[in-house]
Amino acid sequence: MMLSCKQASKLVSQSLDRPLTWSEKVMLRLHLVMCNPCTQFKRQLHMLRTALQRIRNSTEHDSSIKLPLDVKNRIVHRIESDQQ
Amino acid sequence: MTENNLNDWLTEHGDYLYRFALARLRDPHQAEDAVQETMLAAIKSNSFHGDSSARTWLTGILKHKIIDLQRKQIREQPISDLIDLDASEHSMDDFFDKSGHWLDKPQTLDMPDNSLEQKQFLAVLDECLSKLPKKLKAIFMLRDVHELENENICKELDITATNAWVMLYRARMGLRKCLELNWT
Repeated sequence: MMLSCKQASKLVSQSLDRPLTWSEKVMLRLHLVMCNPCTQFKRQLHMLRTALQRIRNSTEHDSSIKLPLDVKNRIVHRIESDQQ
Repeated sequence: MTENNLNDWLTEHGDYLYRFALARLRDPHQAEDAVQETMLAAIKSNSFHGDSSARTWLTGILKHKIIDLQRKQIREQPISDLIDLDASEHSMDDFFDKSGHWLDKPQTLDMPDNSLEQKQFLAVLDECLSKLPKKLKAIFMLRDVHELENENICKELDITATNAWVMLYRARMGLRKCLELNWT
């Protein structure tokens, strides 16, 4: 049985979230070998994930990003009023 | 816990916690809320005994607060959107024709490869994320950025695995399309 691109793209996405079954893997591989658009889609999802994780790490270590002073003050006030 | 602790913590770790939250929520207001909730919880709790660093302890609390915030995003979604989710097969009509072929073939997306490009990419990405339904953005961030296991996502959000896969599929589908249009 051949997968449609719609079904194949769904499996490509799910492969990021769960292990595919053996038959799903075989069907997906067969589809991807013959289908450039779905192969491109797979690359897009991998690119997206890698880019997001890089951005996450660089944001986490970007010392130019600071908790705004007014937010700091707001937190202190909030906790003081909470404790009264 | 004393207020002195609070001031020290905010001075020493506030910026770090904010960056950590911003990296995972990609929304300054939500990140501020997450830091505030973390400080509130820390001050109420007596569980810090100094056997780990204050930063590690606070980050542990923050991780949970980030999940709480995303859960709230998902719960606050109007009912109409939930119905829409059930009709998610239908919404894929934007991407595929009746026989399941791509309407527009996926294009090449180039990885930003220097810091200037990364900045531009980030602006496009934030714009694209903000166009997603809040609920989809929330689950997508938990899975692909916070890297929460699928099993935990289902438990935290009280949804089925199938539902989670459908939502993640829709989020990724929408995002890569938006990037195609705005990132070249």
